[in-house]
Amino acid sequence: MGEGMGESTPVRLRVNGVTTALVCPPERILLDLLREDLNLTGTKRGCDLGTCGCCTVWVDGKPVLSCLTLARLVSGRDITTIEGVTPASGLSDLQRAFVDHGATQCGFCTPGFVMTATALLRDHPHPTKPEIERAIAGNLCRCTGYIKIVEAVAATAEGRP
Amino acid sequence: MAAPDAPAPTYRLIGTRIPYIEGPLKVTGRAEYTDDIKRSGQLIARLLRSPWPHARLRSINVEKARAMPGVAAVLTGEKYPTPFGVLPITHDETAIAVGKVRYIGDILAAVAASDEATADRALEAIEVDIEPLPDYPEPQGGTIAVAEPIHARGLNGTNIQKEVVQHFGDVDAAFAKAHATVRVRGTFAGVTHAFTEPMATIAEATPDGRLTVWSATQVPHYLHRALSEVLGIPMHRIRVIKPEVGGGFGGKSDPLPHEIICAALSLETGRPVKILFDREDVFVTNHGRHPTKNDVRIAVDADGRILAYDIEALIDGGAWSSFGTVTTYYNGVLSMGPYRVPNFRYHGRRVYTTKPPSGAMRAHGGTNIRYSVELALDDLAERLGIDPFDLRERNALPPHSTTVNQFRITSTSFVKCLHAARERSGWDQKYRKLPYGKGVGLGCGFYISGSNSPIHFTPKMPQCTVHLKADMDGGIAVHCMQADIGQGSNTLLAAIVAEVVGVDLDRVHIMRVDSDVSPVDIGSYSSRVTFMMGNAARQAAESLRDQLIRAASRLTGYPPAQLEVAHEKIRVRHRPDIAVDYLAALHAAMERTGALLATGAYNSPPMGGDFKGARAGTAPAYSFAAYVAQVDVDVETGVYRVEKVWAAFDCGRVLNRLAVEGQIEGSIHMGLGQMMGEAMSYRGARLMNPSLLDYKIPMPQQMPEVECLLVGDDDPEGPFGGKEAGEGPLIATLPAVGNALHDAVGVRYHDLPVTPDKVLRGIEVREQSGRAWKGVG
Repeated sequence: MGEGMGESTPVRLRVNGVTTALVCPPERILLDLLREDLNLTGTKRGCDLGTCGCCTVWVDGKPVLSCLTLARLVSGRDITTIEGVTPASGLSDLQRAFVDHGATQCGFCTPGFVMTATALLRDHPHPTKPEIERAIAGNLCRCTGYIKIVEAVAATAEGRP
Repeated sequence: MAAPDAPAPTYRLIGTRIPYIEGPLKVTGRAEYTDDIKRSGQLIARLLRSPWPHARLRSINVEKARAMPGVAAVLTGEKYPTPFGVLPITHDETAIAVGKVRYIGDILAAVAASDEATADRALEAIEVDIEPLPDYPEPQGGTIAVAEPIHARGLNGTNIQKEVVQHFGDVDAAFAKAHATVRVRGTFAGVTHAFTEPMATIAEATPDGRLTVWSATQVPHYLHRALSEVLGIPMHRIRVIKPEVGGGFGGKSDPLPHEIICAALSLETGRPVKILFDREDVFVTNHGRHPTKNDVRIAVDADGRILAYDIEALIDGGAWSSFGTVTTYYNGVLSMGPYRVPNFRYHGRRVYTTKPPSGAMRAHGGTNIRYSVELALDDLAERLGIDPFDLRERNALPPHSTTVNQFRITSTSFVKCLHAARERSGWDQKYRKLPYGKGVGLGCGFYISGSNSPIHFTPKMPQCTVHLKADMDGGIAVHCMQADIGQGSNTLLAAIVAEVVGVDLDRVHIMRVDSDVSPVDIGSYSSRVTFMMGNAARQAAESLRDQLIRAASRLTGYPPAQLEVAHEKIRVRHRPDIAVDYLAALHAAMERTGALLATGAYNSPPMGGDFKGARAGTAPAYSFAAYVAQVDVDVETGVYRVEKVWAAFDCGRVLNRLAVEGQIEGSIHMGLGQMMGEAMSYRGARLMNPSLLDYKIPMPQQMPEVECLLVGDDDPEGPFGGKEAGEGPLIATLPAVGNALHDAVGVRYHDLPVTPDKVLRGIEVREQSGRAWKGVG
């Protein structure tokens, strides 16, 4: 946000597998590009300061805070959003576990958690509870007390319902 | 009410673990929140906020801003000066400051522009000329007449917004004959909701003379009223829509100035206008838990039976009244239950200060006073040599009783809570028996299950109405203005309808809150939704079920009294092989009338005394809690960890076990935050930590294991016997930890939050006084 002064910059991204070319101000952040320019509103804006994790997306598969990422600095990279990790029909195992374990209440933080935890399970299929807690520590949730979120991630890792 | 020894009925859905019906939308990012909505041609609004805590406005020059390209409108206070506020008796806010500003963050002007950057530049071009006024960042100074009261309505030239004096029985006589007395003085920093979704509103005035407002609100109906009052547009020409809301906890329950400003800007420009808060906006809008000082004296007899409470509270209100009149009463009347208190005196004052307004936050009015009371009771128990559990059990309010201030108590399973927490926590093997640095503590509480008083209605109208429509597709559309803000009320509403009508959950569609079609429910506050909406929904569903049963009666030839619903069918009770499918019954019922309609409503029964303020705290039911916390304190650093909480809670019958657990776990998280570290930190009147980096909520690693012990008996008036579980579960958390700290290190900490430096300081003071960590004192 707070943009409009500098020269516009071409940005070319692969977003959820689709190559997208845009021209945007140099200070355009990735979060705004996704939400405003591409209408990918599953990624949420909670603080604009990198403190809440609601805007977590992947850049080349790695979770980053899109509110702290300048769009032009990730030009040429692969961006994955919540829309990109959601199967064409139904839910991923982790998403299903979030629903079934009550790991989502108001839901505003949930896409960020799903992005963080999906990456965790991809890289560490069998995390310990402290590893799960450490991985999600950059995502704030005010509803659940994290208990059911940790449960949902652990259940997914263990392949149980 | 069922006979006590009759087996409680069981249900197909109610009481099971019901995942949230909108869960699949939330986990995929498909749930639509206000900021996800984009209206064609929408403008972006930004607010100019006061950098002064208290100042008279001499002039505001907006001409330069107005002339900037891309700026569609600039609004200042005089255009819509009608005061408003959540309580009809304390309308002391205006949408934009008129005449003066009252805190750092108060709104001076608003701009609507083509984009945010343009709006921000326009804000910078606004020139404000002010005369500084004395600021009053602390309530103490405002209790006497001041040079420049923050509001003209302050009591007798002071900054006192509300003063409550109550006396029931004879407190002085009770103290005179007491075997033991205790006095606790507590200090509580303000805390805030810290929901993840910042406030957002979109307003769209259209050429047909109507205004549509989408807003992240937990009380759409009060917003509807405030918009109408301030903008001067009849309610029927305003349409309020509540998209998904990313948490509220009380912080989205007042009608807020930005919601009115957004609508006003749309009226000014004829275009849709969106306003989205940044996190600093959220912090200065606040309406969180009040910074409070309280002074609690309790007298008991030799057996530890409570003879009297004598309580004072000084409550820092910030710049507006908000719910403050209620807060002032609650700090007194919510101190008593779950105990019988035969004599009670209370003096509460809520004082305006030049700080961001405080308001309603989860377990509003019941949290701070409860902490002091529970620590005082533990102190008395220790001095009398009575186990803390025994002392509380001796004082438990009996079911179906009346309190000294004429609260009607119906169901209470408080004693069962005590027994469950004591047994499951291994209390008798742990209390006063763990090594230095480790401890267990008991904290108890109770909370209203819905305020008995709808704050707006005269004459009295239902607090909740539910409409159902069943059409030939077999789906049941449910309309109700209840506000799901993540607590699961949509799911409960759907489950109740499905349970009563006997259909699968996926037949029930909870329609988005839309004032054009949703019958009024007064929203998500005072922990009222389960009880009130639940009863209204049950009544509506029974009406629909009865229409189906009458149709099935025609089809089967059996009288309606012999028919009952089963899963997706209606059958003869004594001949279950004779049945009519749900769809067949529905279609038969529709033959003459088309789609079936049904309605249900809830109105709480008359209750309470006839003295001034008698209705504050009256509720159709109350929840009860007894929590044990176990802590581990590093006595070298003062850092402590809450290892486990045994949360025994009486919410009556558990209606959705998954949701109740979620409410308890989330409440414990929020309670631990206030206990261990959260604080709105001020330097004078300036908030120093308006970000989630500096205002830290507990991390996953700080969460204890939580064992939910749901032991409530059915409530006689609650839906299926249920009561609230949204706010009451927070209250007991704090004193359970506070009393556990005493068990661990022998110090009672009365100043919240209890940060590690305070833990160490307390230990030092105790050691300097020569007191051992265990033993009376």
